[in-house]
Amino acid sequence: MKFRDITQMAFQALGKNKIQTMLTTLGIVIGVSAVIAMVSVGQGASKLVQDQMSSMGTNVLQVMPAAPRGASGARGTSDQSVALTEADVEAIQNEVPTVKVASPVVNSSAQIIAGNQNWQTRVEGANERYLEIRDWKIDQGSFFAESDVKSAARVIVLGKTVAVNLFGDADPIGQTIRVRNLPYRIVGVLAAKGQSAMGTDQDDVAMMPYTTVQKKMQGQAILSINRASVSAIDADSTSVAQAQIADLLRQRHKIPPGGPDDFRVNNLTEIADAAQQTTLVMTLLLGSIAAVSLVVGGIGIMNIMLVSVTERTREIGIRMAIGSRGSYIRMQFLAESVMLCMFGGIIGVVFGALLSLAVARLLGWPTLVSVQAAALAFSFAAATGIFFGYYPARKAASLDPIEALRYE
Amino acid sequence: MSPTVIRIEDAHKVYNTGEVEVHALRGVSFEVKKGEFVAVMGPSGSGKSTMMNIIGCLDRVTNGSYLLDGIDVATLSKDQLADIRNQKIGFVFQSFNLISRTSVLDNVMLPMVYAGLPVPERQRRARLALASVGLAEKERSLPNQLSGGQQQRVALARALANEPSLILADEPTGALDTRTSEEVMNIFQGLNRENGITIVLITHEPDIAAYADRIVRFRDGRICEEGGRGEELAS
Repeated sequence: MKFRDITQMAFQALGKNKIQTMLTTLGIVIGVSAVIAMVSVGQGASKLVQDQMSSMGTNVLQVMPAAPRGASGARGTSDQSVALTEADVEAIQNEVPTVKVASPVVNSSAQIIAGNQNWQTRVEGANERYLEIRDWKIDQGSFFAESDVKSAARVIVLGKTVAVNLFGDADPIGQTIRVRNLPYRIVGVLAAKGQSAMGTDQDDVAMMPYTTVQKKMQGQAILSINRASVSAIDADSTSVAQAQIADLLRQRHKIPPGGPDDFRVNNLTEIADAAQQTTLVMTLLLGSIAAVSLVVGGIGIMNIMLVSVTERTREIGIRMAIGSRGSYIRMQFLAESVMLCMFGGIIGVVFGALLSLAVARLLGWPTLVSVQAAALAFSFAAATGIFFGYYPARKAASLDPIEALRYE
Repeated sequence: MSPTVIRIEDAHKVYNTGEVEVHALRGVSFEVKKGEFVAVMGPSGSGKSTMMNIIGCLDRVTNGSYLLDGIDVATLSKDQLADIRNQKIGFVFQSFNLISRTSVLDNVMLPMVYAGLPVPERQRRARLALASVGLAEKERSLPNQLSGGQQQRVALARALANEPSLILADEPTGALDTRTSEEVMNIFQGLNRENGITIVLITHEPDIAAYADRIVRFRDGRICEEGGRGEELAS
């Protein structure tokens, strides 16, 4: 008995009862396509979160004072500095080997006036390498230079939203705008970045040298920064960098061992990982719910195969009488159920792929039809065929030929 | 002296149906030589069906021995019995027992599929067997498109496919009218006389048994009478 004969026999047997075959296959089609669609949607969601996370910058750490200035008075004496200083940021840049770029950040917000237009936006003061940390590109013009930072030059870089709202289609480079009654020269426009993971418009921003924000815009009496943005040399070293920065700052701030830190180092990669974890759990959950329908389809297969064994008892008897071994009968019935499941699997993969593409269109999500999910669902379908086909096949093989021949 | 195909000695068969033991065979000894045409007769319950199952290797004796072509069947495993049925025995049943919705050619090729013959050889032999029963032109037909007599001839072609030592026919004309019965019996007789095929035929009709060279009668699990054709007709 050859493999080809078994498959051919199974194929013929399935062809004899087309409606039954189709309906049974449908159960598997639904199961497999549900698994594929769900996993694709889940992976699409995961990709979405990943994209948004990486838009905040890769391998980014945020260093902040533990208690913001102003609230500190209640906590300590005058010789305890809770502020993060420019010198701290410089030390992080120069002394921590796993740090690629560190920049002080001074946050503010302002009304920007250009001609007869005005726009309220966030202003971020930073140094000349800030865009490297944020993994951001310049669209027009250029970012401000180191000399601008040193001289606290009145230069400004606009986010896309701000540029569009103030200038429309006109070229803003070289134009002058006014912020708090002082003129600033526009040197660049940032590339569009879209929404952040939290849903805010990242392009609604303006950037200046932090020194300019401190001295020109806010007119600070004592110069201070809000936080430091730091990027590690690669994704794997963010945790190391986090620890090294903490050690350095404890040393610089003369915090005794066991004493509480006066700063925080936040690891965005950790947040990204957590978000990634969440979507992974969601994907698994959706996938396993879909897998339930595949199991239900499998039970349908088993049911039909049991009916088929009973219906074909006499045929089994004839086959045994003319010399079929029990194992051939078992293989034939097993081949039938596996074939049913594989048909279902193939159609299900195609159907599931179409379904997830439709979902992608509808929701505007980047749904990914992954080859792994398709292969997994398909082999799971085949395994379902073996698992749920085995019992009916064994039942067929164990029939007594004399009894089976007498069966009406 | 032609070799012995079937040699059964002191065969007993006991069925355990719950509490009651049924003695279907009570010491049967029986021989069939190569090329013989033997009819087995007897009323229902006489043990002739049990005998048929044992000869056909579908069942085994409880006591005694059965040698088919010199092979002791009692010692064989289930799979070996299946192989013996496949290689050495051709079955013809009362109700034809063709596989429905499967072409005549596929039906005749089925024993050769289980024998593992290559496809061209299967087709060649199946067409030869169909020609020998006069149905060469019906190979694409389905069993339900054929008359009873034609179906039985297909069954006969299937029985011949693996060139068995023995054809075992269980009331092959039981479902046929007199005219087609004669047709089928003529084919049996032709196969026996011209091709030297050994045939054991079970029947309860004396005029069917009359085609055989020898008649064996069963009663109450024993052979009560054995003799040539002439004696049978006289009784």
